[in-house]
Amino acid sequence: MRIRSLSLVNFKNYEEATLDFSPEVNCLVGDNGSGKTTVLDAIYYLSFCKSYFNPIDSQNVRYDQSFFLIQSQVEKAGEVDKLHCGVKSGQKKQFRRNDKEYQRLADHIGLYPAVILTPNDIDLVKEGSEVRRKFMDGIISQYDRKYLDSLLEYNRALLQRNNLLRFFAENRTYDEESLEVWDHALVKYGEYIHDQRTAFVEKFISFFNDVYQKISGGAEVVSLMYQSQMNDKKLDDLLQDARGKDRQLRRSTQGIHKDDLSFLIQDHPIKKFGSQGQQKTYLIALKLAQYSFIEEATGEKPVLLLDDIFDKIDDKRVGALMELVSQGSFGQIFITDTHEERIPKMFRDIGCDLNVFHVNQGAVDSDAKTMIHGEKE
Amino acid sequence: MNFPSRLIEEAVDQMASLPGIGRKTALRLVLHMLRRDEEDVERFSNAFTTLRSGIKACKICNNLSDTEICGICSDPRREHRTVCVVEGIRELLAIESTEQFRGSYHVLGGVISPMDGVGPNDLYIQSLIDRVQNGTVDEIIFALSTTMEGETTSFYLYKKLSEYDVRVTAIARGVAIGDELQYADEVTLARSIMQRLPYENALPGK
Repeated sequence: MRIRSLSLVNFKNYEEATLDFSPEVNCLVGDNGSGKTTVLDAIYYLSFCKSYFNPIDSQNVRYDQSFFLIQSQVEKAGEVDKLHCGVKSGQKKQFRRNDKEYQRLADHIGLYPAVILTPNDIDLVKEGSEVRRKFMDGIISQYDRKYLDSLLEYNRALLQRNNLLRFFAENRTYDEESLEVWDHALVKYGEYIHDQRTAFVEKFISFFNDVYQKISGGAEVVSLMYQSQMNDKKLDDLLQDARGKDRQLRRSTQGIHKDDLSFLIQDHPIKKFGSQGQQKTYLIALKLAQYSFIEEATGEKPVLLLDDIFDKIDDKRVGALMELVSQGSFGQIFITDTHEERIPKMFRDIGCDLNVFHVNQGAVDSDAKTMIHGEKE
Repeated sequence: MNFPSRLIEEAVDQMASLPGIGRKTALRLVLHMLRRDEEDVERFSNAFTTLRSGIKACKICNNLSDTEICGICSDPRREHRTVCVVEGIRELLAIESTEQFRGSYHVLGGVISPMDGVGPNDLYIQSLIDRVQNGTVDEIIFALSTTMEGETTSFYLYKKLSEYDVRVTAIARGVAIGDELQYADEVTLARSIMQRLPYENALPGK
């Protein structure tokens, strides 16, 4: 899929702007706060029906305005679709495809896939396991509807079971049979989720290793592993064995809600033993592997949104990365940078065409008009 | 809102304590009551007073009733050896209005949900087990909601009843009658495929 044009009205710091994109590489350059990332966010919005940076719609409207609009022409499977999204304060979000409004936003998500990589994503490496489970869940539920349903049911059963354990502790009672029925529900949905996560990681690893080696030039050995209590024991038995512990702690200590992905570099956790540059490289490889995975699962090339990726990684890796993304296997790409010359030069060296957009905001006061000039290098 | 009369204010407060009724609607209803004959209003308020003090839970099935044993449990024409387990009175009435069920009921008074502080002991489960234990029941039909809590309650009952010689069944779940298949919910449809029926059982009019 390719985005032909994008027009914004009152979205974040844009009053009004229309951009026509190249089907290949698009580079947005400008100073801090000029609105480079906002363009990426608008594209992300069209794909996922919400902003990547701020999920609260009312805060994405330009100061003192009451609404924002994002409109776009998107080419998919040889046809051009018109996407329209309007948010007005106090009204329901409007999302239309070819002038037809969606009944449920969930029907739209996944039709126009995008993969975004921003400096915030480093949380995936640095933060707790929940972020990594969300990463897995986000990808798997895009191609497996039953997975998302199972996950919701599992979480509900877990909540009920934890409430029951707390009730036992507070009232100094215990009833094995009451607990067992919730175990039954956890097992029913948990086993399915575990199977799907196992299958996903197995496939994902090969994409991941491939990308990482290309960027790092084989400088280090990395690996990725799916960690789950259920990897070598059935959830049924785990729950049985942990009866005492669960009662003592008043919560469920076993199950897929304890799963994690372990990110290793030379067999050590990258969170503790990797340099910032290595962590960043790892993150980029994760995201590009996600890209390849979605492409294979849906048969559609997602749009790749790269925000400020030059931070912290060395020129050699940046070069390797640019070469990798420009080889055509990544479809349409959007890159932001604060340096005006760096990216154009890099792509000229590789011998690849690109569109450069100079994004700048004339003055700081809110009346200043956002100016964008497209020029073919 | 300032009312000219304290009596009106009190009536409005009471009316507005009902679910789904705000103060404006309450005032409209109260003023309507004022226009009615005195005996009319008497009959109206009496209905509620006697309702609250006169209503009983059936000793057998926990259905609401005017008498110790409800109309269904005391009806000799009904098949009392088949018992349908429901969550509440509204579900019972829904099944009754199908006119397809000639057995009797057992009203649980809710479903198991630790989140809402409802455990097995808060429901009329023991009385159901007693009925089975007394040997007066051949078949138990679970007719609970297909939510996580409903399913869990069914499973709990199933385990409790497994030591007795009683047939345990559950109402069929699947595509709603008159639905177009393309619009059917995916989870439901998946289940309908998994638990398909021999066609003779699905013949129209059966």
